[in-house]
Amino acid sequence: MAKCLINNSIRTLRFMANEMTQQELADRTGVTRQTIVAIENGKYSPTLELAFRISYVFDKPLNEVFSFQYDEDPVLNKKVEDKRRKM
Amino acid sequence: MYQKERQIVVNLIASIITIGLYVLYVYQKQVAGNFEILNDFKFWGKSFLWLIPVSIVALIIIHIIYAIINKIVTNEDIPTIDDERDRIIELKSIRVSHWIFTAGFVGAMAALAFGAKPSAMFIILLASGFCSAIISEVVKLYYYRKGV
Repeated sequence: MAKCLINNSIRTLRFMANEMTQQELADRTGVTRQTIVAIENGKYSPTLELAFRISYVFDKPLNEVFSFQYDEDPVLNKKVEDKRRKM
Repeated sequence: MYQKERQIVVNLIASIITIGLYVLYVYQKQVAGNFEILNDFKFWGKSFLWLIPVSIVALIIIHIIYAIINKIVTNEDIPTIDDERDRIIELKSIRVSHWIFTAGFVGAMAALAFGAKPSAMFIILLASGFCSAIISEVVKLYYYRKGV
């Protein structure tokens, strides 16, 4: 199984939400600020529940907050990208 | 350094100081030249049992002192919640510490099997317990720094 890399746009979304602080987002999602920092820096992939909570705070669908790419399987990565373009 | 990382460093130092001082105290008070006592099971039983309340009380005192100093210096409260990331890191560190303690236990049994004195078994058990506690904290610090 290829290693999955999860990217996110939390920093941008926080900026667009009246410069929401990391602490505010942490309080609203029930985690510590350190966890939000780790997610933003790509050092931690949140559980599905936390991912949904974060997207709920920004009122965005999950795929606008988080995206993924396979870094070790370019063929599969291309297939995923092609499928996404067709949608 | 974040609050959790500072707490881990405090735990690390507290463990080293508590166990170090306790071993030194027991050695000076009870052993001190009388090495025959090392083969007395009652001595080891008492020493291990006393270590539990001593380390708990010492950890509580050290954490209270840390909380006071932390509040004065940074004006921040220590976070009381453990989120999913904290729990994952905790589980990973417990797994590593269990492996180390298990290796120590096997080593202690092997020492007995090869004819070592019972004191060797208890010393290996104590050392593996100490190492597992220290490495558990180091593993936590590593995952907090590097990411999960």
